[in-house]
Amino acid sequence: MLSYILRRILLATPILLGVALVCFMLVQMAPGDPLVSVMPPDASEALREQLVKAYGFDKPLPVQFGLWIWHALQGDLGTSIASGRPVATEVMGAVSYSLRLALLATLIGFVLGSLFGFVGGYFQDSWLDRVASAISAVGVSVPHYWLGMLMVIIFSSQLGWLPATGGGPMGQSAWAWDWAHFQFMILPAITLSVIPTGIIARTVRAQVAETLSQEFIIGLRAKGLGEWGLFRHVVKNAAPTAMAVMGLQIGYLMGGSILVETVFAWPGTGLLLNSAIFQRDLPLLQGTIWVLALFFVALNLLVDILQTLLDPRIKRG
Amino acid sequence: MNLSILRPAAPVIAPIESSPGYWSEVFGRVRRDPVALAVGTIILVLLILAVFGPWLVPGDAFTTSMFKRLKPIGTEGFPLGTDELGRDLLSRLMLGARLSLFMGITPVIFAFFIGGAIGVIAGYFGGWLNSLIMRTVDVFYAFPSVLLAIAFSGALGAGVNNALLSLTLVFVPQVARIAESVTTQVRNRDYIEAARASGAGSFTIIRTQVLGNVLGPIFVFTTGLISVSMILASGLSFLGLGVTPPEPEWGLMLNTLRTAIYTQPLVSALPGAMIFITSISFNVLADRLRAAMAIRS
Repeated sequence: MLSYILRRILLATPILLGVALVCFMLVQMAPGDPLVSVMPPDASEALREQLVKAYGFDKPLPVQFGLWIWHALQGDLGTSIASGRPVATEVMGAVSYSLRLALLATLIGFVLGSLFGFVGGYFQDSWLDRVASAISAVGVSVPHYWLGMLMVIIFSSQLGWLPATGGGPMGQSAWAWDWAHFQFMILPAITLSVIPTGIIARTVRAQVAETLSQEFIIGLRAKGLGEWGLFRHVVKNAAPTAMAVMGLQIGYLMGGSILVETVFAWPGTGLLLNSAIFQRDLPLLQGTIWVLALFFVALNLLVDILQTLLDPRIKRG
Repeated sequence: MNLSILRPAAPVIAPIESSPGYWSEVFGRVRRDPVALAVGTIILVLLILAVFGPWLVPGDAFTTSMFKRLKPIGTEGFPLGTDELGRDLLSRLMLGARLSLFMGITPVIFAFFIGGAIGVIAGYFGGWLNSLIMRTVDVFYAFPSVLLAIAFSGALGAGVNNALLSLTLVFVPQVARIAESVTTQVRNRDYIEAARASGAGSFTIIRTQVLGNVLGPIFVFTTGLISVSMILASGLSFLGLGVTPPEPEWGLMLNTLRTAIYTQPLVSALPGAMIFITSISFNVLADRLRAAMAIRS
């Protein structure tokens, strides 16, 4: 078991190296002089050369890459050009906000998606199935940034029930689990949850339909097992895949919430990326993307390992 | 010596189902599907708007006027109201079809050819080439697609070309992975072996034996990407990373109208409705096409 886990982690190492290379290249392929935002416009040639040396831009690319990884692994992602603070501090502060939002959205998505998926799978081709399928189709093809705007229009602007933007009441910087803070999270979480709802509903429906078509179900029915007993078997068969999809969705939502976070001004990694892009703060852009990708790879790995542990049908090859 | 007597009599040769028969059957199934027809009609209308938009618009999509700003839906002369700069919204929505569809569909077409080629080559030749290509693909899979698109266009800067490049980069690995897996499934079939034994070169075999069997699944998968691509492409413009003003594009229009959600909520939400209609139409059509081709996803 332990050797299996170690082997999986070892197999992920080249991918992690590739991910780091992509993040490193992001800054390299960015147009313009990377020093432009740290240098005064009237900088002398001597100052320029000094800065080039200080940032290590005079070294060959492979060396720069090696140095970047070496520092990144020690938690040093450079300094944000816009704020002057370490990138790692900025990213970690934002990650907790994004993770909270992604977890809540995935939870909502899992509950609703499982519900629609089971209904669709159990009553295949009935009107209930069609409604459930239509909802999941809407879930995966609605532009979520637009849905976010609709939410703001309906629940903030028209009804006035919930705040439209922000990550907490004015003047309070730290997060707390009370209503004053939580109400800011409701609209973005619901908006973000439509994607996992749609995807989990599709997965669960397919799983349930497939399980119900297997011969052991007929066998169990013939033995006189009631519908609730059957349901237990269906859940046991569908759960591992549904859980795996749910786990992956947390990662997708962490990295993909930039648009929704922008709409709601939710102070997570998405909003951080947004400001990094428009202030041309390349170290911040690079660091945020690296952390999010790392998180995504780690989550993938975790889901894979857990699934193998939980589902006896998967062979540890 | 006359060997013709050794050949089996004509009826023994089983009639081979030719591929045009398959495709016409698929087309027939789609044509009898009311839902597919409905979304197909919507897409056709959008495509007509995209091509002939400039000749069909009722009003002026570019002249701004401070006096006509943010008129509500149903205003005289402005059936869908006006935007934040006083331009006719109906005209802009119609014109917007061109850039929005172009931005959404082009990356998918690029990805179909580039990703398809990469995947078929990796699948057919196998070995170290396969490992090299597929491990590279894995690296891109390690990024959530939205993040990858935003990372690249964020680093490259705003603009149509950069957005197209980023989106293509997002979809190429996805298409390549599907193409590789279907090609790997057919590469060891007997008819490929037979073609190899008859002395055909690798590219002849790919062209004549492999492509016919893998293009269908790759195509179906790729059509399913258009829906996502529309959302992502408009999303980039919504963030300010894609199309630049004053060009009409739905994502960009949605962004600039965001300031009006308190004054003209209905008007401000309209461009998003266009993105949604387009995206869901492509999604449903791809689903129906998949069902008609009886290929499991």
